[in-house]
Parts: sequence; structure tokens; C-alpha cells
Amino acid sequence: MSVTYIDAIHAALEELLQEDSSVILYGEDIAGSFGGAFKATKGLADKFPGRVLNAPIAEDAIVGLGMGAALGGLKPIVEMQFADFGTLGQNQMCNNAGSHFYRTGIPVNLTMRMPCGGTPGGGPYHSQCLEAVFAHYPGVHVFTPATVADAYYMLKQAVQIPDPVVFLEHKFLYRWLKADTWADPDPLPIGRARIARPGKHATVVAFSAMVPEALRAAEELAASSGYELEVVDLRTVKPLDTDTILASVARTARLMVVSEDFPWGGVAAEVIARVATQGLHLLDAPPLRVTAPDTPIPAHPDLWKAHRPGYENIMSAAHYLISL
Amino acid sequence: MPEAGRIESVNEQSLQEPARRAYRAMIMARAFDNKISALYKAGKIFGGVFLGRGHEAVAAAEGVFLRKGYDVYTPFIREQAGRCAWGDSVLETARSYFGSIHSISRGRDGNVHWGHPHEGTLMPISHLGAMASVVAGMMLAKRMQGITDAVGVVCIGDGTTSVGALHEAANLIAVEKLPIVIVVTNNQYAYSTPNSREFACASLADRGRGYGMVTHECDGTDLLQTLETMQRAITAARTGKGPQWVVAETLRMCGHGEHDDASYIPAELKAEYADKDPLDIARRQLLERGWLTEEEAAAWDEESREEVQRCVAQAQKEATPCPQDEQWVATSWRPER
Repeated sequence: MSVTYIDAIHAALEELLQEDSSVILYGEDIAGSFGGAFKATKGLADKFPGRVLNAPIAEDAIVGLGMGAALGGLKPIVEMQFADFGTLGQNQMCNNAGSHFYRTGIPVNLTMRMPCGGTPGGGPYHSQCLEAVFAHYPGVHVFTPATVADAYYMLKQAVQIPDPVVFLEHKFLYRWLKADTWADPDPLPIGRARIARPGKHATVVAFSAMVPEALRAAEELAASSGYELEVVDLRTVKPLDTDTILASVARTARLMVVSEDFPWGGVAAEVIARVATQGLHLLDAPPLRVTAPDTPIPAHPDLWKAHRPGYENIMSAAHYLISL
Repeated sequence: MPEAGRIESVNEQSLQEPARRAYRAMIMARAFDNKISALYKAGKIFGGVFLGRGHEAVAAAEGVFLRKGYDVYTPFIREQAGRCAWGDSVLETARSYFGSIHSISRGRDGNVHWGHPHEGTLMPISHLGAMASVVAGMMLAKRMQGITDAVGVVCIGDGTTSVGALHEAANLIAVEKLPIVIVVTNNQYAYSTPNSREFACASLADRGRGYGMVTHECDGTDLLQTLETMQRAITAARTGKGPQWVVAETLRMCGHGEHDDASYIPAELKAEYADKDPLDIARRQLLERGWLTEEEAAAWDEESREEVQRCVAQAQKEATPCPQDEQWVATSWRPER
């Protein structure tokens, strides 16, 4: 029997509601028989009456309500129907909840779930990633799980952590990514990056849906040319585990960072800046960035596929990087 | 819908005690405003200074009907009188202005940006309207915890009614039927922008009706009328009658901040201030009814000046944050390394 990434999210939400009576869910279309645009909350409103609530279409107020509920002693999990609409909740999350601990010493235990990333036909406003614009602000943790086990474990951790957490769950992985189980008897602590595949010729740093792409590229490269890529899954882009990245670069001397997001000021740029400032001497070649182009995300599947970095882009970038 | 200027309450006498507490808070707030303005002009304050002149009756009428530690109150930039009536000392505001290490934000935020969330006052941000949905969340939490007779008061102005965040929150509050009173203090100017360039509806009460809230209107320079209105609205919210929308008309008898001479306000309007000062009206109302004597009033004036002097002096001599000791961390949780 196999489980999917969204099964893991559903299970985590159900267990959170079961284990802690202060957990509530709030978002658009999440309650009733509908259970959310992606069915992540299907059945939960019936199982936990009064604790899974539908909201009006008002992202700013949804996140603001979540902040107030947290200050009132609850552990709210608010849902943006698509991460793209998270920009409308960003003021509450970043300027209000995110600044609260620094300004008062009182943390805001708020989790903001955002289904992110591209799918064929998603188009410019149902495809964005947004981890960089949230991570830009102080006071907010940003989680980007890339495995079924992490989708489960990191969502449960997000609610245990008393600060605002942006939980970016990738829509492409929802039903495509499968595993035997979401249970991991010995999960890595939050904030630690994972060596998803050991290798020696170059380090590929990735997160979210780019991890499976990087792993496929690594397997095909190994089979076709014998080069071994080391794939680092960031798991959380904030906090960013610079130590694990630098240790990997120290082994391989070459660095590529892959991100599905736009290039400007993104996580790829941040990782490269950190390696350049803290470990330039470890590099035998200039670091490489593989991101989407600096345009909105196109709707047509053929254009979208060309816009989104995939394993083929990573393979050709790896050939170039190793040739330097 | 009550017309402005009319008192509906048959038992005016029941307002005696709240009116006395409200007026005392108004005097204290005015004394503090005068002091902090003088200190600003002497260059003793970092950042901006924002006064509540003209807003005292509205603010005090909010505070006197709320229970500190039980209800939720979101004063913003012109609600010092409300803070006093709620039960917070001017010492807390003075500490915030001076960045004392004993203030809630310890110099990390300042001036009117202070609150004690665990006591029910929220820490505002500068983005207008943002706190309304936060109050909604606080009241939802109370409801889920079985507290049904607490009330939340959201303080906004005419300018904030134009902000999207306020619209989202007001609609949500109405949909969720939360026990919240939104008080719109219409002081005619949002910074330099008059009502005519801020909204096109006949009255801001129309907004409240549009959300499906019970609406109330009053002359916010008239303490007794404002008290009666606020008592009615707060009691309604507290007793399960759903969210309430109060529009109180007044004048901002100062600049937006003390950096602003408000030269854009026409002289004729400014001339009206003389007859509409809420403190003068309140004093007259209390004296006329025998709820206050001249001697008591003079004693309250004196006490307020002394209390403000003492609190400001204390805040001024308290330690301020040391940059070398600052931790520069913005989250309570940090990963193990």
C-alpha cells in the first residue's frame, strides 16, 4: 500500500486536531463536505465540529484572525487556497505576526499552509512558489517539504513551534509523490538539511518539487556518464542550514542551486551568496543557478514545461558545471 | 437609528459613575498630551508624537465600559484617554515614547505602538485596519474557550474605512457574528485628506449597515451622548446581539502628528474647535448635573498634572536598550546546531 504527499498532510492535520484541542483550521472552502480545493481537510469538519471553519474570501483577514486566535491561546492553521494568494495575507503574516515576538517577546503560534508551485495549465496565478518573499521578512520560518515523510513530520512540527510558520506544500507533489508510509522513526530535526543522495562530483542544492527532479537528474547522469551528484534537500529554506551545504561543497568543490521560483532575490541567490561569502575557497568552479526565467509562469503546458526547471535542465547544467 | 445629539437613555443617572471616570481619564490624557507635545518641541522625543486632542470623549467612553484582563481593546494613535479609562497608567505610554527597557517593546517599537496582549490590549502596527481581524481572532479564541460575555473594541478613524484590510475584517466579523464593536472616530481629516476625498457615501454609518452590523451614531465631542451610545453598543455586543458599528463625529484638534501644523485645515473649521472641546463640554455636563464640584474638578486637574509629571520623569530616567546587549533574533524558536 502506498500513500501520497497529500495523504500525509491530511493525516498530520487530523492527528493535530486529535492530539491538541487548541488546534483549529481556518480557510476558504475547507469545511463542509467539500474539504478544500485539494481535499487536504476532507472529512475533518465532521470529525472535529466547530474547529474546522470556512472563511470568506479575505486572505488578509484570514491570516489576521489566525494571529489573534494564536494570541488568544489557540494554535490556528490557516490555509491559503493557492500560495499565489498568500501575497494578500503577507502583510498580516510578515509585518504583524512576524514582527510580534521581536516587538513584544510574545511569539505568535500561527501556521500558514500554502499549496504552491506549478502544475500543467496552472498559469500565472495558480503556480507561484513565494518562499523567498516570505523568508525575506524577519520572524517567519519557511518550510518546504520534498518528501511524503517530511510533509507529515514537518507540518506537525510547524504547529509545535511557537512562531509563525509558512508551510509551502507543493501541488505537483500532492498526488504524484508516493511512499510506503509517512512514518519516519528517526526524522531529521527541523532546520537540518538532508543529504538526499550522496555524490562526489558536484553538489546540487534543491528544495520542494525540485528535489525529485534533482534526484532523477543524478540517477540519469550516473547511468549515462558516471558522474555522481550529491543532492542536498534544504527542507526548510528558513532557517537555512548553511553548515550542511558548506560540508557538501567541501566534498564536491562544485555547487548548483535549483529553484522553481523566479531568479531575483530568490533562495538560490541566497544559498550562493552564503557559499560565496563563507566558503569561496571550497569552490573549484563558479557556482551555478538553475531557476525559472524572469517572467510570469505561463499557462500552456508546453510553455510551462519550458519555464519550469526540470531534470533535463539540471543534467545539462551539471555537465557544464563539471566541465569547468 | 438615533439622530446625532439625542440621548435615548431614560436613566441618565446611571451614567454618573462612568461619566466621572471618563472625565478623569480625559483630563489625564490631555495633561499627558500637553506634556509629550512640549517634550517633542524641545527635541526630547525620538520619532513621532501623536495626540488625541478632540478624541478624548470617544476614547474614554470606550475604556470605561471595558474590563481590563477580560475584554479586548485596540487603542491606536489617539486613544490615550481610552487607555487611562481602561486602567493603564500614562507611565506605560511615557515608557514607550522614551524606549525604556521596562516598556513592552524595550525600544524595538515606540510611541503609541504599545499594548499588553495578555491583558487584552493589542500591539498595533502602522498599517491601518490590520488589527481588526486580529481582534476577531482573539474573540473567536474566547468563544472557543467558552467565554461568551467578553467584548472586543476596535478603534479606527475615517481614513481607515478606506483600507481593504478593514473591509475584509469587518465582513468576516459580521459573518462570524463576533462580539466586536468597531468604533469609527470621524475627525474629518485622514492626515491632510478631508472626508470629501476619502469616501463618497453619505455617512460612514452606511458602511456598517452594509456589513450587516447594528449601527450607532453620536456627536463624539459630547461626552454624555457618546457614553450613552457606547454603553448601548458595548452592551449589545456583550449580550449576543452581534457586532456593532459606531460612528462618532469629532474634530482633530491638532496636527496628524506634532510635526504637522495642520495648515490645510480651513480657519473656519479650526474656529469651531473653541466651542467643541470635549473636555470643556464634559466638565460643563458634569457640573450642571451636580455629578462633579468645581473643587473636585480643580483637584483632578492638579492630580493629573502631577501624575503626568511623575510618570514622565520616571520614564525619562529609566534605562534605555543597549545595542551591544541586543540579541538580534526575531523568533522564539531556533534550530539546534
